[in-house]
Amino acid sequence: MQLIALVATLLLLSAVGFHLGRRRAAARSAAADRRPHSLPVYYGSYVALWSGLPALVVLLGWLAFEPLVVRSLVVDSLPLVARELPPERLGLLMNDVRNLAAGVVTSRDVDPEMAAAAETYLRLKRLGAVAVAVLSLAAAIGGLGLALRRVRPDLRARNAVERLVERLLIGASTIAIFTTVGIVLSLLFESIRFFNAVPIHHFLFGLEWSPQTAIRSDQVGSSGAFGAVPLFAGTFLISLIAMAVAMPVGLLSAIYMAEYAPRRMRAIIKPLLEVLAGIPTVVYGFFAALTVAPFLRDAGTMLGLGVSSESALAAGVVMGIMIIPYVSSIADDVITAVPRSLREASLGLGATRSETIRQVVVPAALPGIVGGLLLAVSRAIGETMIVVMAAGMAANLTANPFETVTTVTVQIVTLLVGDQEFDSPKTLAAFALGLVLFLVTLALNVAALQVVKRFREQYD
Amino acid sequence: MNVASKPALDQATLDDRRLAKVSARDVDVFYGAKQALKSVSIDIRPNEVTALIGPSGCGKSTFLRCLNRMNDLIESCRVAGSIWLDGEDIYTSGLDPVQLRARVGMVFQKPNPFPKTIYDNVAYGPRIHGLARSRAELDEIVMTSLEKAGLIDEVKDRLQEQGTGLSGGQQQRLCIARAIAVSPEVILMDEPCSALDPIATAKVEELIDELRQRFTIVIVTHSMQQAARVSQRTGFFHLGELVECGETEQIFTNPRHKLTQGYITGRFG
Ligand SMILES: Nc1ncnc2c1ncn2[C@@H]1O[C@H](COP(=O)(O)OP(=O)(O)O)[C@@H](O)[C@H]1O
Ligand SMILES: [Mg+2]
Repeated sequence: MQLIALVATLLLLSAVGFHLGRRRAAARSAAADRRPHSLPVYYGSYVALWSGLPALVVLLGWLAFEPLVVRSLVVDSLPLVARELPPERLGLLMNDVRNLAAGVVTSRDVDPEMAAAAETYLRLKRLGAVAVAVLSLAAAIGGLGLALRRVRPDLRARNAVERLVERLLIGASTIAIFTTVGIVLSLLFESIRFFNAVPIHHFLFGLEWSPQTAIRSDQVGSSGAFGAVPLFAGTFLISLIAMAVAMPVGLLSAIYMAEYAPRRMRAIIKPLLEVLAGIPTVVYGFFAALTVAPFLRDAGTMLGLGVSSESALAAGVVMGIMIIPYVSSIADDVITAVPRSLREASLGLGATRSETIRQVVVPAALPGIVGGLLLAVSRAIGETMIVVMAAGMAANLTANPFETVTTVTVQIVTLLVGDQEFDSPKTLAAFALGLVLFLVTLALNVAALQVVKRFREQYD
Repeated sequence: MNVASKPALDQATLDDRRLAKVSARDVDVFYGAKQALKSVSIDIRPNEVTALIGPSGCGKSTFLRCLNRMNDLIESCRVAGSIWLDGEDIYTSGLDPVQLRARVGMVFQKPNPFPKTIYDNVAYGPRIHGLARSRAELDEIVMTSLEKAGLIDEVKDRLQEQGTGLSGGQQQRLCIARAIAVSPEVILMDEPCSALDPIATAKVEELIDELRQRFTIVIVTHSMQQAARVSQRTGFFHLGELVECGETEQIFTNPRHKLTQGYITGRFG
């Protein structure tokens, strides 16, 4: 609550700064009788940015470090016995202190020391809030004053604002990059821990997947086998089925939309196809599990085929339906981007429409289409929900689409669901699987973008 | 100035339209509700180059595209009146526009080779229409077309390279070779040199003059010098009407209509 009020005040200050900056630029240049270097808005923005940004930095810094600082101060105020507890116990104790301070019931009896600690905690929090308010307001007002002083007709406000804006943008993208790097690094480190327990070649080339490890060493059937090949094979099989559905349907509908459909028809079909992309995957999942899978099983029984009620086929088909819009909308875009002049050249030579499409339009659009397909494949590989619900959990190494298979993503889910020790190979295996999945999708995406880029260049 | 009240069409049409290669009578074209051509009548004589000139937006391209029914591809476009090719109505319901376009070829304003090899660009039409029974025959067609288009010396060692890798002028001549390869009777050219430099333009103009021996050519151009250089007859369009049509010589030295006069002396356009 206080935070919102503070932010609002800072914004207000920036707005005031904007106004003052503009006014001052006008007044100063009138007094000096010369044209200001930049438009008045830039002087306004200059002052506004200088009053807003320093305060923002203070505020963000506080948000990032306040919990750490308060915690270490509170721990210092605790009696010596408590301070020397092992880290996990200390963490629990701190939780209690925080709960006590918030007035929530705690897990142990309240002793005077804890009450004192809670008191300290509260006091520090309040002090911190006041401090940050004062500091950030000071920064805002100081920045505003300094910037305002510098507003003169010869101040290159436009250039200064452009530079600040650029810094801001760099800041934003740095956050995105650091997040990505952080995620990748954590994947990598946990995977390395896993590979310390299970040799990497067992993981990559092993044919048996059964990640149950013993909780007690005398337990039976708990050896734990971490051969990921059945998972990769399952993922591959399901993606293959999905592409077998999505590729023809998506491409042909894209060709219809781009080349044949009257404008009004196109205006209806395109959004409808895009709705497919907006359906939550869990909905596809129960559609697969409750409708498609039983249907395929019954149809299989009639034909004398043994189709399991959770089959790769059911999951693959539904996943294919899910990725149709990815294929069709990218294909539609690239087909429409093929210059009209090429079509006219072909038609002008007496080619029919379908000849033109087959021999000129599609070949010209091919790189873009391939790019779209690769993106769709990477979607299919990363998809989890449909497979969890419709393809089952059994890690069979099979090429038979009627059998139950499992995929990398499904196993990641099952490995992490439920109570787990956080450093058992079973849990760490999820990170290794995630790393492999990440590398594969990354490669696919890079390849796809590369291909699409080459297509763009061809027509620029 | 009211154009319609004083038509100078005496030379535009022949008495017997069956003698013309292409004959248009009272052609109106509408884009939606907007009329782009008003009652255009003209006879295009065989083995001549007919140039169509006029300020931009006056309907030259529109008229050209009527002659091979490329306007069919534009949803909003509607054509009325009659156009004959060798005495046959090309707008009757029985006629297949696809076959018509094999007889009436087209070269466009911007060179538009397919993103295929030079060879495949030229072979495209013959393959579509099954003109060659063997690889040797196809080779023959490709080579003679390139030769007729005056491109053979420049590309004979690089037939398997991409057509899009040629220079602008070469690309345009490749497009002409591509059009010739299906042995059309009429070739329509819509400002074929407007994207080319002067040297490439000179080459294409020279080529047009040679092609006249075998084909009937209709060329739209915004350059009056070009019309004067390459054509035998010239038609002047203004605001969707054919104002005047006659021998090129006469149009440029002694135009009958004030509008034509104004245009060729550069007073507007
Ligand atoms: N596809 C189209 N849709 C609607 N109007 C068009 C279209 N093509 C041309 N027009 C209109 O028809 C008129 C004649 O155009 P055009 O034949 O291209 O002229 P020119 O080739 O002489 O410059 C112009 O006013 C133009 O705006
Ligand atoms: Mg034009």
